[in-house]
Amino acid sequence: MRQEQLQRMGIPVTVPRHRRTLWATGFFLMLLIALSAANLLLGEQRIAPLAVWQALMGQGNSEHVLIVRTFRAPRLVIGLLVGASLAVSGAILQSVIRNPLAAPDVIGITGGASVAAVAFITFIPSAVSLAFLPLFAIFGAFGAALLIYALAWKKGVHTARLVLIGIGIASLLSGVTTFMLVFSPSYTAASSYTWLTGSIYGSTWQHVGVLLPWTVVIAAGIATMMRRMSVQLLGDELAAGLGSSVECDRFLLLMLSVALAGSAVAIGGVIGFVGFIAPHAARRLVGPVVNRLIPLSALIGGCMVALADLLARTLFMPLDIPVGVFTSAIGAPFFIYLLYRTRNNRM
Amino acid sequence: MITKPNQAIIHTVGLLTGMLFCAGCMLASIRFGFLTVSWNDVWASIAKYDSAINEQIVVRTTRLPRAFIAAAVGASLAVAGAIMQAVTRNPLASPSVMGINAGATLAVVSAITVFSVTHMGTIVWIAFGGAAVAAAFVYLLGSLGRDGLTPLKIILAGSAMTALFVSFTQGLLVRNENGLQDVLFWLTGSIAGREQSMLMAVIPYMSIAWLGALLLSKQLNILAMGEEAAKGLGQRTTAVTLLSGFLVVMLAGGSVAVAGPIGFIGIVIPHIVRGITGLDYRLLIPYSALLGAILLLLADVAARFIIMPEEMPVGIMMAVIGAPFFIYIARKELRSL
Repeated sequence: MRQEQLQRMGIPVTVPRHRRTLWATGFFLMLLIALSAANLLLGEQRIAPLAVWQALMGQGNSEHVLIVRTFRAPRLVIGLLVGASLAVSGAILQSVIRNPLAAPDVIGITGGASVAAVAFITFIPSAVSLAFLPLFAIFGAFGAALLIYALAWKKGVHTARLVLIGIGIASLLSGVTTFMLVFSPSYTAASSYTWLTGSIYGSTWQHVGVLLPWTVVIAAGIATMMRRMSVQLLGDELAAGLGSSVECDRFLLLMLSVALAGSAVAIGGVIGFVGFIAPHAARRLVGPVVNRLIPLSALIGGCMVALADLLARTLFMPLDIPVGVFTSAIGAPFFIYLLYRTRNNRM
Repeated sequence: MITKPNQAIIHTVGLLTGMLFCAGCMLASIRFGFLTVSWNDVWASIAKYDSAINEQIVVRTTRLPRAFIAAAVGASLAVAGAIMQAVTRNPLASPSVMGINAGATLAVVSAITVFSVTHMGTIVWIAFGGAAVAAAFVYLLGSLGRDGLTPLKIILAGSAMTALFVSFTQGLLVRNENGLQDVLFWLTGSIAGREQSMLMAVIPYMSIAWLGALLLSKQLNILAMGEEAAKGLGQRTTAVTLLSGFLVVMLAGGSVAVAGPIGFIGIVIPHIVRGITGLDYRLLIPYSALLGAILLLLADVAARFIIMPEEMPVGIMMAVIGAPFFIYIARKELRSL
């Protein structure tokens, strides 16, 4: 077979560096840096680039140091981590269940994480450390994912059934979440509610410290699974023929994807549509080859959340709108466009 | 189809029994709750109202309107679901799944928070507007492409629009945290503490829509066979679809204006009713209305007792009952998937 054919089928072949990947990755890297800079510079108080640099280094105007180092920088880091996590989680999910419309938030995985996290915020006294929140959310996400998978099982898992059942579970879980909100004291209700919409308002270095270890560990896990994931893309029979234990690999990959989504939701809340759009855009740019797709998805996801948060903070100043509102505003039209593009595919 | 005379008798008896049972549920809804009212007081509050007696005030001002609202909203949502399932030929279509409730909710919340609208008559029309926009959008999106309306496409379109509407609604609410707790209760779907005036504002539209649904039921029978077949039989399918759309908007929009978004009644009830009556919409619609009313009345009574002395929002009760049902239908009925 010719190389292009192999490539089109999503088989990684050793080709001279894919030009388009280089361009796309470079572009989004620059965009990420620009957006990060904008996030540090802009806000209720605008700070000049040089002053930001000094403040980051801990010198100069003490007010600037406070704003940049304690408020803006951790918030930016959290935004990037959460965006990248959701995007990669979505990329894996879409590749593994081979359905372009699957996303952690559409099929109820983030719903499970939300239930667990809201339960944590509401019922567990604040004395228990924040460090356990991601663990809770990840378990919630696992629970939801297993439930959906089990319910969708009927001599194998058909993706359409999986998506439909996921939607059902998602609405059940959102009922449960709202129930807890309604009956929690009003101060926790307001904070849980803001969190639910997807907000990285008030992130601190403590949040970064809680989230980062999870992200690193899971990312390492994904990196080691990269090759097996590209074999998955070939289809069950071919993958089995190549000596891969298909079901086992698929399960492991799904678990990694779910854990990534769960940890992101624990800190950032439900930032909608990032896990759906970022991998799509990435796939359109560089195709389905995983070792190009995953890093680019992460970059695009980071850019999305950074941009959305910049808008959320500055557009309606002094109000701080949850980021989730903006990502949905971008995401839903894109979803519709995609539905339109694939209108003639059999579903 | 009603052909044999004895079947006509069976269904007359069935509908009458349903009405009696519905009336019984309404009485139960009036009597039971945090304060149990005796039969005498119930009767007295209707016949010779004495505003000095506590029980009678409760019945007059809260229980009576609440029972009627539960019945009206339950019936409306069930009928809306039945109509939508006929038009889309999809057993999972319903106002909540297809984003119509969410659209109406967003419209109402933005009217209240941004434009400070308080007049109930205006809110109803705003809810209709939101419901209409959502319905038109989801229907058009779902029917794009060569295959036309497929179950998965229309539900995906619905859930994407729901996500969009919900996140905008949340964005609006986060901006004014003070009123959050009040609105939150309404947002989960609740018929507690509604006044009679709220019902009065929507009941004319709902009644028109119920009547319209009954009149349209014969056409729905034909449309449910498929658009091509209906056209072949000389039906103006576009007109029927549009009319159905208007009815659904009035039913679902009106329900949201009074009770907030209550989901799943539109899926559960028509599905059960199909088991009783078969696919004849001339029977399906009145039965759905009756059973929908009964279900919401019972759920509302139960909601008062589950976590006494607090009340459970009935929308959550419906999500807990309805979601497993949705999953069951998704597994069972969509064999073609």
